[in-house]
Amino acid sequence: MSARKTQDRVEIYLSLLIAVVVIAFSFLIPSVFWSSANFQSIASQMPILGVLALAMAVTILTGGINLSIIATMNACGLVMAWVATHYPPTLSSMLLVLAAGLAMAIVIGSVIGFLIAVVRVSPILATLGIMTLLKGINILISKGSSIANFPDYILVINSTNLLGIPLPLLVFLAVVIILWVILEKSAFGRTIYLIGSNEQATHYAGINTRKTLIWVYILSSVLCVIAALLMMSKLNSAKASYGESYLLVSILAAVLGGVNPDGGFGKVFGMVMALILLQMLESGLNILGVSSYITMALWGGLLLAFIFLKGAQLSRLFRRS
Amino acid sequence: MVKKIGVKTHELFLGLTIILIGGYLSYASADFLTLGNLYDLINNYAMLTILACGLFIVLISGGIDISFPAMTIISQYVMVTLIQGTSGNFALAFALSGGLGLLLGLVNATLVNRLKVPSIIITISTLNIFYGLLLYLTKGVWLYSYPAWFEEGVMLFKFTAADGYDYGLSLPIITLLVVVSLTGFIMNKTSIGRMIYAMGGNREAASRMGFGIFKMQLFVYGYMGLMSGVAGVVQSATVLTVAPDSLLGYELTVLAAVVLGGTSIVGGRGTLLGTLLGVVLLAVIQNGLNLTGVSSYWHTVVTGVVIVTSISMTAWSQRKGEGAVA
Repeated sequence: MSARKTQDRVEIYLSLLIAVVVIAFSFLIPSVFWSSANFQSIASQMPILGVLALAMAVTILTGGINLSIIATMNACGLVMAWVATHYPPTLSSMLLVLAAGLAMAIVIGSVIGFLIAVVRVSPILATLGIMTLLKGINILISKGSSIANFPDYILVINSTNLLGIPLPLLVFLAVVIILWVILEKSAFGRTIYLIGSNEQATHYAGINTRKTLIWVYILSSVLCVIAALLMMSKLNSAKASYGESYLLVSILAAVLGGVNPDGGFGKVFGMVMALILLQMLESGLNILGVSSYITMALWGGLLLAFIFLKGAQLSRLFRRS
Repeated sequence: MVKKIGVKTHELFLGLTIILIGGYLSYASADFLTLGNLYDLINNYAMLTILACGLFIVLISGGIDISFPAMTIISQYVMVTLIQGTSGNFALAFALSGGLGLLLGLVNATLVNRLKVPSIIITISTLNIFYGLLLYLTKGVWLYSYPAWFEEGVMLFKFTAADGYDYGLSLPIITLLVVVSLTGFIMNKTSIGRMIYAMGGNREAASRMGFGIFKMQLFVYGYMGLMSGVAGVVQSATVLTVAPDSLLGYELTVLAAVVLGGTSIVGGRGTLLGTLLGVVLLAVIQNGLNLTGVSSYWHTVVTGVVIVTSISMTAWSQRKGEGAVA
């Protein structure tokens, strides 16, 4: 019950923060902030970060973490890029691209899941080790250079608008809905939250926690494939070192969205709000010409401030008013 | 008892692996077992070892700190800026850099204690704040100019070996010896060391026994900060430049070395000897790959394989030792 209340509060805080940011930017840069170019830029950046943040969040919900999401994304991206540039652009090679990416993700996810659930390596270490290993493999197979010039069927994802909405944003919405169903409406989702609250009790309740944990890391890795596709379509290339700055921001988005860093609590809706807030901030600060270094420091500060506010202090403040 | 034997086994295993790899290298490359190579190896890995000592204590206490690369750079950047044109000595450099590092470490400790979320989240945040502010304030400008006394360095017991090069106790080596002895003394001979082990083993029990958790966190993260500052001086003295972004991602290398040494990331378990062996293993492997002319594309792969293998073995043996559920 109290968890539910905290959750509602998170969404109230986020709405307030979004309102503050919108009002502030409306005064500071009214013409640019409300321009369609700004919305286009937000719409093109949010999906990649959003999918990665969800990939991070599902593991944090179980009390774990996945530090290898970026390396996984790049590994899947490189594999898909290789297939896409080596076979003629037919329907079957399109499917082959997807299959290759998915196969890579399932292998990576199973290895991570095995290390965490069966060998009992702590999630930080297991994903850190796999991250290092994957980075090495990515650099080795790509020789540090990028694979570029994809066929149209990949590029079209980024350039299509459906009813005026960019396709990547629709892909992101679809991922959000699917995850919402998985996490909040299915038995598998229930188990994820239970493991995050108390893994041992869940195990004693007769639930196969090992199997669930392995599936969670596979799910996390499969989400990285979607991020990889969006990234490939946007940049028309794949490289071992893309997107490294997303790692922290994806943790930030998850925690900001109300995911408990110890696991067990957190809703998809809160995360979407947090992502909107982050992207508006980044885009607005960018327009204002604020140094990206300051933005980097701000992400850290924002995360600490939010954790601080979520603690007892603000709830007391709210009750008094 | 079981735990103790387990730890000893791990160290024995590390030692044997190092001897095995070292033996192969001295057979495969004529350069490996030379005074020059080993001397350079110690000098080059002094900074890593110093940081590993700091991180070792944090991990034993049950926490983690990945903000230390930022602390290392900030401390030495400020130190190098302040000593311009002074006729000071290395004591001044260590005091400035170490003091600032200590201060930043105390910030980490306070945040970890007050905000009550996993220390990895806190230190990821402070890493970004520290780095972001540093890069913004310095605009990424490198520092090249040092006072003459700093460039000269320190060399005790200097002698010229048969190969024509000078050897002796350089600043990195002296610092390394002092830091390792100090860390070993704190963790093995003092009550605060025992309390840090206890806190990492079972924080709740340690707290009920009346240990001041906050005080200990101040000590642990402060020590990590101090080591960062000290490592900053060593890095400066070795390369004689400060590049604000030079240590980006270095936290994982140090973490890998400490974990390789068998230190448990959930706290309470691990030895300084293991940590040192972990550093040596990493150093020997990287040196070996260079000497045997393996393409640099392979380096990260090999490091990754070694890390994954080692953490898996550690986790597996601990799991058996505990008879863990699930």
